[in-house]
Amino acid sequence: MNGASNIASRNIDLAVKARRGFGERIIRFVLAGCALVSVLVTVAIAATLIYESVGFFRDVSVLRFLTESQWTPQFVDKQFGIWPLLSGTLLVTLIAALVAMPIGLFSAIYIAEYAGDRIRRVLKPGLEVLAGVPTVVYGWFALTFVTPVLQSIFPSLGVYNALSAGLVVGIMIIPMVASISEDAIRAVPRALAEGGYALGGTKIEVVSTIVVPGALSGIVASFILALSRAIGETMIVTLAAGATPNLTINPAESIQTMTAFIVQVSLGDTPHGTIVYKSIFAVGLTLFLITLGMNLLANVIIRRYKESY
Amino acid sequence: MSTESPEVNEVIEQTPHAGDGAPPTDQLAPTLMSATDAANTTRTKIEIENLNFWYGRKQALTDISLAIQERRVTAFIGPSGCGKSTLLRCLNRMNDLIPGARLEGTVRVDGHDIYNASDAVVVRRHIGMVFQKPNPFPKSIYQNIVWGAKINGFSGQPDELVERCLRQAALWDEVKDRLGDNAYNLSGGQQQRLCIARALAVEPEILLMDEPASALDPIATTKLEETILDLRERYTVVIVTHNMHQARRVSDETAFFYIGQLIEKTPTEQLFTRPREQRTEDYIMGRFG
Amino acid sequence: MADLSKDIGGSVSAMRRRVGDALAVLFLAATMTGLVVLMVLLVDIVVQAWGWLSPGFLANYPSRFPEQAGIKSAIFGSLWMISLTGLIAIPVGVGAAIYLEEYARTGWLLRVIQVNIANLAGVPSVLYGILGLALFVRFLLLGRSLIAGALTMALLILPVVIISAQEAIRAVPSGVREGALALGATRWEVVRDHLLPMSATGILTGVILALSRAIGETAPLLMIGALSFVAFIPEGIMDSFTVLPIQIFNWASRPQPEFKHLAAAGIVVLMVVLLIMNAAAITLRNRLDKRRQQV
Repeated sequence: MNGASNIASRNIDLAVKARRGFGERIIRFVLAGCALVSVLVTVAIAATLIYESVGFFRDVSVLRFLTESQWTPQFVDKQFGIWPLLSGTLLVTLIAALVAMPIGLFSAIYIAEYAGDRIRRVLKPGLEVLAGVPTVVYGWFALTFVTPVLQSIFPSLGVYNALSAGLVVGIMIIPMVASISEDAIRAVPRALAEGGYALGGTKIEVVSTIVVPGALSGIVASFILALSRAIGETMIVTLAAGATPNLTINPAESIQTMTAFIVQVSLGDTPHGTIVYKSIFAVGLTLFLITLGMNLLANVIIRRYKESY
Repeated sequence: MSTESPEVNEVIEQTPHAGDGAPPTDQLAPTLMSATDAANTTRTKIEIENLNFWYGRKQALTDISLAIQERRVTAFIGPSGCGKSTLLRCLNRMNDLIPGARLEGTVRVDGHDIYNASDAVVVRRHIGMVFQKPNPFPKSIYQNIVWGAKINGFSGQPDELVERCLRQAALWDEVKDRLGDNAYNLSGGQQQRLCIARALAVEPEILLMDEPASALDPIATTKLEETILDLRERYTVVIVTHNMHQARRVSDETAFFYIGQLIEKTPTEQLFTRPREQRTEDYIMGRFG
Repeated sequence: MADLSKDIGGSVSAMRRRVGDALAVLFLAATMTGLVVLMVLLVDIVVQAWGWLSPGFLANYPSRFPEQAGIKSAIFGSLWMISLTGLIAIPVGVGAAIYLEEYARTGWLLRVIQVNIANLAGVPSVLYGILGLALFVRFLLLGRSLIAGALTMALLILPVVIISAQEAIRAVPSGVREGALALGATRWEVVRDHLLPMSATGILTGVILALSRAIGETAPLLMIGALSFVAFIPEGIMDSFTVLPIQIFNWASRPQPEFKHLAAAGIVVLMVVLLIMNAAAITLRNRLDKRRQQV
């Protein structure tokens, strides 16, 4: 120190380094490592899928993958057209959408705009329970309850069919549509609705012409996220929709989804390195790209509406 | 700078009131100080030079140069948004925590450039701060005081520390029988004095106060101001206030800020009776702000 | 124009009101649909499981003969699985949340990580199974073991743990951080002594909900090759294993009706476990709300 240290006016030495600096840096490093894990998981999923898919596409050209009309990797006459699995997936998703979009949206409107506090306190946990039911339970329900009920209405319906699986997948994603849409509806500023009431609008007029359109982007995002979830759903379709890759739009037929194919292969004793083993990665990659695209889109939409209010 | 840190640490760890060398002479106005006293008591503690500060692209402080005297209460006043709180938070590097904030210029404390020669944690350990809204920890009164001292290596008798700090903050008599109570059960004024006691427990040299009375009722404010006047004997206090009467009651010197600039800094009485600048006069006369 | 006094005394046209009422009924009916299905599901489970849920069912190992089949190894497997998953996912997830909330500088990198975590939460669980199969089972040679399953499950619930822990940490008032930092505390001292204790209940609630998702997950464990016929209780992390949902899936996928009943009995056990975990989460959340009100 250059200054004479005067007893009366003590000098602070700020040049001292914090004693705890070293430990602090280690902790920071470890915590950053934890955060990095989340990034590595994404990288690892993508890398695994791409790496094994490259092996697959070396044997089966992308052209065949996209143009052949049958998916029969386990047969002697192997065909690798993704369309039957894709159509099966889309068929189930379409049925689920027809169930979940109206019911989920109407539930959201009811909970956000109509239900009193007491009713809401019953409805919301109810929907949370519905969201918490394991998918294997839904699968069992589709197979042992919904299908027999449907069969009593349509006697020609087989044990495995897209309709039953699609309906139950739809029920599974209702809570997701409802809760995200409800958030979006609540995010619409109260003043907008009050403006509508001040002009003499009735409740339903204000809700349908001001509140719901105001929440539209959030509602659309909820649909996209829920449908992405439906596309990735595995256990319900594995149990109830069948295992026959089938290029059809008939909901009464047995089909196979991409996810159900992946499970089917892993259940069998497929040797590592065979074309069948590799095919699950190509299907997985297709599934990954579709759901990733939808999730990114939905997140962009949600971020935008959060900014706008 | 220094290679003899053990010795330096000894200097730091002297308790603020342990040095009896300096009798409290601050009741006298600085101008009346004798020459010998002046050497000890009007020394510059904090020296701000050409300080510029930005939040993102918005410049909040422009070319501030200011010296703050040791063991004086210096008040920063000015209309809201004038940068007085920003400047205060530059003095203990709290602005480091704000994303996108940028600072140019130097702030020296006892000759050390706090932004270049030091670590923010060390700076804050020596420069205490009391915030606008009382922010005690949701722990007992006792724990509130002991925590800061403990993390800074305090190894003495905690009971004595708690009592000494609470007495200095003029809170002891009100809480001595319930030190184990949660600090959230105290009134706003008590919480704020607890925050002062908490800051004193780490034995800072400087105490920064950011509108400490703004959330308090008039009675609590009066108690707080008395506490500040007591603290002046041992600490260098910088207080930001939007209340000109408060500045006049508690401070020795007052700096007036306007739109990010320092307009003038003079002894408080002079600023309020004979301001040099027209804008200062307009402000203290209530013509704007 | 219209006669105001008459209009105010009158009411909205009957047509407009009827449409409004009809739609309100429709909204209510839609909301009830989900709940009615839930009721039907729960009743169906109990009816189907009736008579099959016996002490023997809980104490026996799986069997080819439905009358002798039990779920003991699956219960123990699920307990092992959930404990290991928690041990891995909680420290990593909470650590990541602390880093993202308290250490990371805001900027494009942080935004990318946040978007990434949000997207990870939406990746189909079967793809985590593919990752587990390729990475843990084959590449790291962990085989079809408990640890391979737990690592897979930990990655699966990681985004949920991170997001809920971030929310809990963010809920701590910023005054606490500033107050502590102004005393010369380091970041970690603030986290350790203030932020973690204050957000512990919230973090725990999120963790329980994440683990209850893991306990019902089937697809990833099918992928990494959890077995359904395990006639022993795992004794170490390298043992092969089964879990409740795998056992349920196995029974549900058999054609004989007896096994459908066994599946129902297994579902009851699984749902009871879930109920206990959710009750714990709700109790914690209520306590948290009460404490927030006091503060």
